[in-house]
Amino acid sequence: MSTTTAETSAAANKEDSMAPAPRKATKRGESTPAVRLASHGILITASLIALFPVAWLVFLSLGPDKDDYLHPGRIWGKMTFDNYTFVLQETKFFDWLQTTMIVTLGTTLIGVVISATTGYAVSRMRFPGYRKFMWVLLVTQMFPVAVLMVPMYQILSELQLIDSYLGLILVYCTTTVPYCAWLMKGYFDTIPFEIDEAGRVDGLTPFGTFARLILPLAKPGLAVAAFYSFLTAFGEVAFAATFMLSDTKYTFAVGLQTFVSEHDAQRNLMAATAVLIAIPVSAFFYFVQKNLVTGLTAGGTKG
Amino acid sequence: MTVAIDRATGKRRGDREPKSGLGRRLRRGYQKHWYAYAMIAPVVVVLGVLVLYPLAYGLYLTLTDANSLNTARTIGVNHIDATYEFIGLDNYADILWGDTAYDRFWSHFIWTIVWTALCVTLHYTIGLGLALLLNLKLRGRTFYRLVLILPWAVPTFVTVFGWRFMLADGGIINSFLETLHLPTPLWLEDTFWQRFSAIMVNTWCGVPFMMLSLLGGLQSIDTSLYEAAEMDGASAWQKFRYVTLPGLRSVSSTVVLLGIIWTFNQFAIIFLLFGNTAPDAQILVTWAWYLGFGQQPRDFAQSAAYGILLLAILIVFTSFYRRWLNRNDQQLAI
Repeated sequence: MSTTTAETSAAANKEDSMAPAPRKATKRGESTPAVRLASHGILITASLIALFPVAWLVFLSLGPDKDDYLHPGRIWGKMTFDNYTFVLQETKFFDWLQTTMIVTLGTTLIGVVISATTGYAVSRMRFPGYRKFMWVLLVTQMFPVAVLMVPMYQILSELQLIDSYLGLILVYCTTTVPYCAWLMKGYFDTIPFEIDEAGRVDGLTPFGTFARLILPLAKPGLAVAAFYSFLTAFGEVAFAATFMLSDTKYTFAVGLQTFVSEHDAQRNLMAATAVLIAIPVSAFFYFVQKNLVTGLTAGGTKG
Repeated sequence: MTVAIDRATGKRRGDREPKSGLGRRLRRGYQKHWYAYAMIAPVVVVLGVLVLYPLAYGLYLTLTDANSLNTARTIGVNHIDATYEFIGLDNYADILWGDTAYDRFWSHFIWTIVWTALCVTLHYTIGLGLALLLNLKLRGRTFYRLVLILPWAVPTFVTVFGWRFMLADGGIINSFLETLHLPTPLWLEDTFWQRFSAIMVNTWCGVPFMMLSLLGGLQSIDTSLYEAAEMDGASAWQKFRYVTLPGLRSVSSTVVLLGIIWTFNQFAIIFLLFGNTAPDAQILVTWAWYLGFGQQPRDFAQSAAYGILLLAILIVFTSFYRRWLNRNDQQLAI
C-alpha cells in the first residue's frame, strides 16, 4: 500500500528533527508540517480501511430486509433494531452463547492450568528429554488443522465425544496448550531462580514452591495465557464446524453460518448477530490488548 | 520462540551428566527429576492422547483407503465394522504423481506458496510502515492505534462476513467501482478475483498483529544508537537500514515465522469467504478439509495424507528457517 512513503517519511522525519536538535530524546518525533500532514493522511486512510468493513456490517444490521445490502441507500429511511430483537427472541442465539461460553471458558481454565505447570517445569528443571519435549511443543504449534482433523474425528466418535462440549474443549486444548506453555516458560524465566531456592531452603517441596511462591508472581503471565486461550477458542472455526453436529450446540463461529444456506440468505439477521457477538469480544480484546501483544512476542523482544 | 529455546538450553549447556549404566541412570533420573515429570505429565497426557496418538493413527489411515463408507460407524442401533484395507503408499503416489495430480495437488500447492509469500510480505511491509508512523510523536496516535487494531479485535468469522457483503455482486465495492466507471469484477466467483480477494481480506486481518509487534520492537530500540548514527553522519535511509532494521531483527524473525505458519494454515478466511464454492481458490489446508469433510463420500485417507504432507512441508521449512537464523547469529558473533 503506502509502505515506501511511510518508511521514507518516518526516516525523513527523524532527520528533520535531529539535524538542529542538540538533545534528541525530547526532539525526535517532532517534524515539519508537511511530513506531519503526510503521516496523518496515511494513518487516516489506513484507519478508514480498518474501520470500514466493521462499520458497514453495523450499518447493514440496521436494515430490515435481507436484500438491503444491495441497496444500502434505502436503509437510511427505515433504520430499525428489529433484527436485533428477532435474533435475541427467535433464533438459537442463547444456545450458541451457552456453548461458546462453556467451550471457551473450559479451554481457558484447563489450558492455563496445565500450561502453567508445564511452563514451570521446562523453565526451572533440566530433565532428560527436555530438548525433545520443547521440540514437540514447537512442532505442535504449527500443526495444520488438516493433520489431526480426520484421526481426531475418528477417535472422538469412538469415545462418543463428537457433538459434546468436553470433546471440543480437549481439542482446543491441544492447539492452545503448546503455545501457552512457551508463553509461560518465557514468563517464568524472568522470575529470579533465587526465589525458588529460598522456598526450598525454607522446606517447601517443588510443588509448594510453584503453587505458593511462583504462581502468585506469575499472574500477569497467566493472564496473557488466559486471554490468548480465550480468543483462540472463541474464534476457531474448523474444528467447531466439524465436531459439533446439533444446531443447539453450535458455537458462534458455526452458528453464524447457518443464516446463509443455499436457498435463503438472511443477511440482515446475520449482520445483527455478528454485531452482537463482536461487541463484547472486541471490548474484551481492547481491554487486554496491551498485555497480549507484549506477551505474544516476549520471546522475540527479549532476544 | 526459536530464540527462547536457544537461550534456555544455552544456559545449562555446560553441565551434561557423565554417562553411566542405563539402570542406574534411570533410577537416578527418576529420583532427581520425578517432580519435573509430574508437572509436565498433564501436558504429556493431553498431547499424547490428542496429538501424538491421532498423528500415528492418521499416518496409518493414509496407508489405507478409508472413507466414510467403509469406516466403523453406528447407524441407529446397528454397528458396522470397518472394512477399509491397507494399500501402502498408494495415496501419496496418487496425490503426487497420479492422473490428475496437477489439478488436485500441485495447483493448490503453488497457490498456497504464492498465498503465503504474498500475504506475509504484505503483512510485514504494511505493518512495518504503520508501526514506523505510529512510532512518531503525532497528535492522536493512541486513537490511530486503537482504530488500526480493530481488524484483529473483531473475531475473524465476523469480519469475513462483513467482507462478503461488501464483495458480493452488487455489494458496496462493485457499486462504488461502477460509479467510477471502472470494471466490476466478480470478486467471489471468478478464480483470479477470488484469489485476489482472499489475499486482500487476509492482509486486512493480519496487519494489526505485525504492526503492534513491530511497534513494540521499535520502541525497545535504544535511542542512543540513533544518536551515535547521527554523530557518524548517517542519512535517514542509513539509520533505517543499519539501526532500525537490525534492531528489529529478533522481533522480525519471530513474527515472520509465526506469520508464515499462521498464513500457511489459515483456514477460517478462505473457508468462510467461499465455503465449498471455489475449488480453485482453496489452499492446501482448506482443500484437505474439503476432501475429508466437505464432500460425499468423505475421503478420510486422502485428506489425512494431505495433512501429513502439509506437516512435512512446514517442518522442513521451519528447520531450514531456524538454521538460517542461527547461521546469521554466528556471523554476528564473529
